[in-house]
Amino acid sequence: MILDILSYGFMQRGLLTGIVVSITCSMMGLFLVLKRYSLFGDALSHVAFGGIALGFFLNIYPIWTAFAVSVSTALGITKLRKSTKISGDAAIAVLLSSGFAMGVLLISASHGFTIDLFSFLFGSILLTSVQDALLIVAVSCGVIVTLIAIRKPLIHFTFDEEQAKVHGIPVEKLNYLFVALAAVTVIATMRLVGILLISALIVLPNITSIMMGKGFKNTMLISISLSVSAVVAGITMSYYFNLAPSGTIVMLMVAMFVGTLVAKHFGMFSKKTLHEHNMSTVS
Amino acid sequence: MSVNALDVDNVSVSHNGILAVNKISFSVQEGDLLGIVGPNGAGKTTLFRAILGLQNYQGKIKLFGYEGHPYTTLLSMVGYVPQKVNFEPNFPATVYDVVSMGILPKKKLAKGAALIQSCGCCWNRIFSTSTKDHEKIEESLKIVGLESFKDRRISELSGGEQQRAFIAKSLVKEPLLMILDEPVTGVDMDVQNKFYSVLRKINKENKITIVWSSHDLTAISDLATRVACMNRELFFHGEKEEFFANKDMLKTYSESAMQLHMHKHDM
Repeated sequence: MILDILSYGFMQRGLLTGIVVSITCSMMGLFLVLKRYSLFGDALSHVAFGGIALGFFLNIYPIWTAFAVSVSTALGITKLRKSTKISGDAAIAVLLSSGFAMGVLLISASHGFTIDLFSFLFGSILLTSVQDALLIVAVSCGVIVTLIAIRKPLIHFTFDEEQAKVHGIPVEKLNYLFVALAAVTVIATMRLVGILLISALIVLPNITSIMMGKGFKNTMLISISLSVSAVVAGITMSYYFNLAPSGTIVMLMVAMFVGTLVAKHFGMFSKKTLHEHNMSTVS
Repeated sequence: MSVNALDVDNVSVSHNGILAVNKISFSVQEGDLLGIVGPNGAGKTTLFRAILGLQNYQGKIKLFGYEGHPYTTLLSMVGYVPQKVNFEPNFPATVYDVVSMGILPKKKLAKGAALIQSCGCCWNRIFSTSTKDHEKIEESLKIVGLESFKDRRISELSGGEQQRAFIAKSLVKEPLLMILDEPVTGVDMDVQNKFYSVLRKINKENKITIVWSSHDLTAISDLATRVACMNRELFFHGEKEEFFANKDMLKTYSESAMQLHMHKHDM
């Protein structure tokens, strides 16, 4: 059955980009969630919408304009927050509404809504062109490699910024790199679930894995496994049941989260913790 | 040539126009355990933050004789345990993960070591040069008595155990100087005593210079080699015997802990 769907080029591209993007998103998402930047991804995706609209307006490949607008806005808002002490949630609200308003304005000034634009809003992983797939995979791999390279200072920075600074980590530079990587991740994820559902991909696998994981590495691996499973299952189900892949993927992630929450409520994970606690007390 | 571990020279710090630290000067020699006392709001934390480069200040602060650029390199070899580390309660890191955050990259360690040798300081390493990172982490956990807790999530630990984990994190980077800001405030006596024995051990056996603020005058009189007393300004800096013999000095500070201590001694 799986081999059957793999015989189609669009499914191969969809699954490949889906898997790579889900790995990137869950890795980046763990840092975003733990740093309490969960909604920052959502705000950036709305800014990306403005960038996409700008691409359509100027007749430029929209992903390039989305990259340029999102990364520069992410860096700009970080600088602004530092110099004006605007609170995080207020900055996100400004970012979210201004990005989306810019998109709506540019669209109304050009040709109105198109199918292409809808595909960015709601995701269209099965309509990914070879050019898009190559770009998304290359960018995602770049984010994954960078995250692996800077994992130690980034974990320290996420855990406690002040302690990281005392440890000699250049936290300001790292913060700029971090938000730029978040912006790039959001753009890479747009095709998979669409602008409106990106934050689900960033947040859901991570809040689920945090309930289960012991240790940072272990939690990240659980998050990646959940995310990849949801994406592969979601794309496969959407093919057989003729459903929208983005909605299917996100609903599967919601099911995983609720299932874990229920299991935790009935003591599945706390029992283990209690047992380990007793063992360590005895020893 | 021997230089001081820390020189604070005429340092002032302002917060929104209010002077939190006013022209404070003191020095800490290598191997000293300096206890800093003073009431809440005396500017102890602000002073520590200035030393750690987290706060703008006026005046001069030197670490092992250096200020300016080499200072930031040496700063990476300063262990710091604040009153409370504000981390996300759901952070999935184990105690082992947290302690491993303290490991310094080899390049940075070598750079710091070269600076220390060039300033003529004695660098007492806690671990041998061949010790691997994993062994350093295990050894640090052993020093603070948390070996059996290494696989537990940091958020599952009590406040006192967490502070011990953060001390282990500071130790693992082989600090020259440890700055401890009321590290056992609000924890029970048993944990406090365990913590004090760790403090004595790392100062005496590992020869780490320690600057430690506390309200516990009994512990200060037991452990510290020198005492500094401040309330925005520095009122005393010298041998602990001199400080505790001076009841007028103690009276200057109406802080409840100090008064309690005086009552205890008067009775």
